[in-house]
Amino acid sequence: MHGNSTYQPQSKIGQWFEKRLPIGGLIHSSFVAYPTPRNLNYWWTFGGILSFMLGVQIITGIVLAMHYTPHVDLAFKSVESIMRDVNYGWLLRYLHSNGASMFFIAVYIHIYRGMYYGSYKEPREVLWILGVIIYLLMMATGFLGYTLPWGQMSFWGATVITNFFSAIPGVGETVVTWLWGGYAVGNPTLNRFYSLHYLLPFVIAGVVVLHVWALHVSGQNNPAGIEPKSERDTVPFTPYATVKDSFMMVAFCILFAWFVFYMPNYLGHADNYIVANPAVTPAHIVPEWYYLPFYAILRAVPDKLLGVLAMFGSIAILAFLPWLDTSKVKSARYRPLYKQFFWLFFAVCIGLGWLGAKPAEGIYVVLSRILTIYYFAHFIVVLPLLGIFEKTKPLPNSISESVLGSKA
Amino acid sequence: MTTQRILIALTLAASLSASGAAHAAEGAPVPPAQKWSFAGPFGKYDQGQLQRGFKIYKEVCASCHAMSLVSFRNLAEPGGPGFSAAQAAAVASEYKIKDLDDKGEVIERPGRPADAFPAPFANDRAAAAANGGVTPPDLSTMAKARTYERGFPWFVIDIFTQYQEQGPDYITALLLGYKNPPKDFVLPPGGNYNEYFPGHVIAMPPPLSDGQVTYDDGAPETVAQYAKDVTAFMMWAAEPHLVQRKRIGFQVMIFLIVLSGLLYFTKKKVWSAVH
Repeated sequence: MHGNSTYQPQSKIGQWFEKRLPIGGLIHSSFVAYPTPRNLNYWWTFGGILSFMLGVQIITGIVLAMHYTPHVDLAFKSVESIMRDVNYGWLLRYLHSNGASMFFIAVYIHIYRGMYYGSYKEPREVLWILGVIIYLLMMATGFLGYTLPWGQMSFWGATVITNFFSAIPGVGETVVTWLWGGYAVGNPTLNRFYSLHYLLPFVIAGVVVLHVWALHVSGQNNPAGIEPKSERDTVPFTPYATVKDSFMMVAFCILFAWFVFYMPNYLGHADNYIVANPAVTPAHIVPEWYYLPFYAILRAVPDKLLGVLAMFGSIAILAFLPWLDTSKVKSARYRPLYKQFFWLFFAVCIGLGWLGAKPAEGIYVVLSRILTIYYFAHFIVVLPLLGIFEKTKPLPNSISESVLGSKA
Repeated sequence: MTTQRILIALTLAASLSASGAAHAAEGAPVPPAQKWSFAGPFGKYDQGQLQRGFKIYKEVCASCHAMSLVSFRNLAEPGGPGFSAAQAAAVASEYKIKDLDDKGEVIERPGRPADAFPAPFANDRAAAAANGGVTPPDLSTMAKARTYERGFPWFVIDIFTQYQEQGPDYITALLLGYKNPPKDFVLPPGGNYNEYFPGHVIAMPPPLSDGQVTYDDGAPETVAQYAKDVTAFMMWAAEPHLVQRKRIGFQVMIFLIVLSGLLYFTKKKVWSAVH
């Protein structure tokens, strides 16, 4: 994609084909010759891990879909029959359900890495926004998928989340009825959620292609946050990045396997092993862990419509990050103040996640409100002002200098 | 593993003594942690225990509770109670299963290994009518469908100790948790006081009593033993492939650790030219 390729097929057939469709050259320039900054650290391996997890989810999902029945009377049973009677069905399902959590762990690390090193700044704004879109699509896909086993938390989670749309003034109720395909979450809801849950991963895959394309146009950011200036600053993708990514991918699989084989239900809810019952509301309706910070923001706002807007706004604001952060220096390594605010923001997000799992009462509500205000203040107040007032450290002249400097 | 778990637990309990409050917040005491043969990375079901548990299920629980996702053939599958195929068929044949004959007439025939455990009532409404208005829940996934709040820092420690037996611990505690209500407690008619049940009022009367079920293997015929045995059986019913899962998991772990080690040194070699 970048014209870094000097790819020449060896065989006559290869040359004949390459003249008509230069796909070999495309692969070669994107994944072999593609120059990557030589100072990338291990936090840069999560892009590859995410591609791998998307593949795992799609493959396990396609096989699960062969055994799953999207009907309110049969969905729970069909999932249980996957667990009991399908050969290695338990493995497929646990890979898929825990895979979703691993996908989110990886994406959160990927996002925080981007924030820490200023990867969203010029010339990578479009790359960043495509990432935010992928993240939104992931959240939608995860939510839809959690509905499919048709347990208690599936049903009530779907009820709560779809009810957000009833906050839209005037047409809210109509929109919710339209989403449900009825007057409550029911069989039409399950059918369309299943259809969309199968569709969205392929949309994600499409946006991932754009994301990678944009990455290969602008090149990777790096821990120094300065652009490569000469060939001394980069190394070819293969073998350097390939072997490093492979190592981390396998290491990440150890974490993945720990949950799949040893505690497959740790990240889920016990209530989802009870078949959905519209007549019985669970004591606590809690979303999956990866939504908890946003759930806390939703509940922190006393007004329903404003709460929903705050929740969606908390994600949408990420898309504006390239312009909210006014600093010219990318990497937190050279931004002593930003570094502290970054970790404070990280702690606030963890705190919101913890509060999202707590009942909305007493001190928890107060804390949620304080942290919600800080969450938005980080973007609207802290980042714009830091760019103006922060005294940054001097940047190294080149990536290779920064590497040699850290060695000395 | 267990001693290690206890050590970690004690250390953290000492440093964060506030954790007890998080448990008590729900109003019920924390179910005591039992020793389960199926806990931990090398956990396996105890065949004798599953067979005893099945006996209790059959003679006590099954008179009110369905277990409709489990079939007689499962009793003979590897990793389970260890019945032979003939034994499972014999157990099945003790039951009468409703079916249709060639003319479409409803008949009752002896059970076959492929049949699911028959439910004690024709439908949920009949079950509710016979049990004071409350349908006794199906026990197929019960051991995974119940839990209790672990609270911070336990839910973090659990990732490392692999503690995930909240369900079985809760069920055993519940079965042993019948008590006389406190003096000021108003027990509604048809309710029974149980220390561990949320709200303390449970419709199910104490199901177990000492000597109720005869064991042939010399295990004590006490409520405490019954409760543990039937809980283990419910865990197997909810997770029949647990033994296979943990066995494969260990193989996968070894493979991944070796592969990541090899890749790490490959990476070092490849990058040595650059650094």
